[in-house]
Amino acid sequence: MKAVELVHVDQKFPNMSYKALDDVSLKIEQGEFVTILGSSGCGKTTLIKMINRLYQPDKGEIRLFDEEISKKDPVQLRRKIGYVIQQIGLFPHMTVYENIATIPRILKWDKTKIEEKVQEMLHLVGLEPKEYRNRYPAQLSGGQQQRIGLARALICDPDIMLLDEPFGAIDAINREKLQNELKSIHSKSKKTYLFVTHDIREAFKLGTRVIVMNRGKILQYDTPEEIRQNPADGFVSDLIQTMEDAPGTGNEEL
Amino acid sequence: MEKIVDYFSTHTDEYFMLLGQHIGISILTTAIAILIAVPLGVLCSKKAMIQKVFERFFGLLRIVPSLAILMICLPILGTGIKPAVVALVILAVPPILMNTTQAFLHLPAATIEAATAMGMGKARIFFRVKLPLAFPLMYAGIRTAIVEVIASATLASYIGAGGLGNIIFTGLGLMRVDLLYIGGGSVAILSLLTGFVMDRIYQSATKYQRI
Repeated sequence: MKAVELVHVDQKFPNMSYKALDDVSLKIEQGEFVTILGSSGCGKTTLIKMINRLYQPDKGEIRLFDEEISKKDPVQLRRKIGYVIQQIGLFPHMTVYENIATIPRILKWDKTKIEEKVQEMLHLVGLEPKEYRNRYPAQLSGGQQQRIGLARALICDPDIMLLDEPFGAIDAINREKLQNELKSIHSKSKKTYLFVTHDIREAFKLGTRVIVMNRGKILQYDTPEEIRQNPADGFVSDLIQTMEDAPGTGNEEL
Repeated sequence: MEKIVDYFSTHTDEYFMLLGQHIGISILTTAIAILIAVPLGVLCSKKAMIQKVFERFFGLLRIVPSLAILMICLPILGTGIKPAVVALVILAVPPILMNTTQAFLHLPAATIEAATAMGMGKARIFFRVKLPLAFPLMYAGIRTAIVEVIASATLASYIGAGGLGNIIFTGLGLMRVDLLYIGGGSVAILSLLTGFVMDRIYQSATKYQRI
């Protein structure tokens, strides 16, 4: 089944000279980990914000599991989609526990179920519940905050995870760790992940398939090996060159 | 000094009645001002035009001395508590309005985006995220307002609304300095004390910012 399907999606913002998304069509199978690679302004963030209806496309259709999303209630839709962003956006006035339990509480889960699930999530993201559950975000490092961001997004077992440069502001060592943990969380879950990044190494490391974007268009959408061996055009081969020119730092940015 | 002690022993009941009136007027006024200024502030944070109009309007009203507003209200609302409350509300609205507007204009965008994206509805986001995050700045506005109101409520006595101003105006009329000390001192202490209590509440309500 197709988890995500975009059909001729167009989006133009008033202050941009080109379209943020220019006739984009793509299909993502359930269980894939798709990374979306491109420099700022290429439309990669716009693309994932279409999927949870933070943006409405000017033209085109978006389907999740064969259902057209424009007809669905956005609030209900979003509860089935996890969303993690670089700025994290934890609620500063709530404890770690309250942050993670936000949606389960709204859904009126049983209290012991929430308690168990929060514990499970904290273990999943590698934080000891006893030590962290009553802390406020201000008492956590950036990497720990993003772990909570992940836990909060994962607690309702979403069918689709949208991650917008989630590790962009995290130091190299912790970023590496988080990447590995995210990869293992994904492979256990069989859910569909969309991961936006401008770091080619990260994109190739995490993605089962990679979308390369530039100026609102998809240049190539394939497995990392295939892109490396047969880059679709000059832009993509230049991009791969940047990775091969500077091996090992893990911090290549476009 | 002797006279001051004398006053408290002979006029105890009257003093506490006036103190009660003073606090009552101040609380009533601030409550009305909050009810007006907070929704208006939220509205102002959404539309720049509305913000300009209301901030100028109340800004202008505020320049007019409270005493003058009292006198203007007098023929319309008569004497007593009504015109006093109107004049004091006009004084109390601007700080709350401006701070509420600013608080809602500067909410952390990423937090609101995360709340929206996780599937919180508009009302929930407002009450559980926006309002608590706007609270510290709003509260600072309310604190400013209430301290000003307590000081200015003295004037309300002038048109028969009671309060600690009564003691001051009596003192002025009878040329009795001891009464001026008692009235003025009480207002000052009440004002300081309120500010202090308000600060303590603020500290405990925003603890999450400092740990």
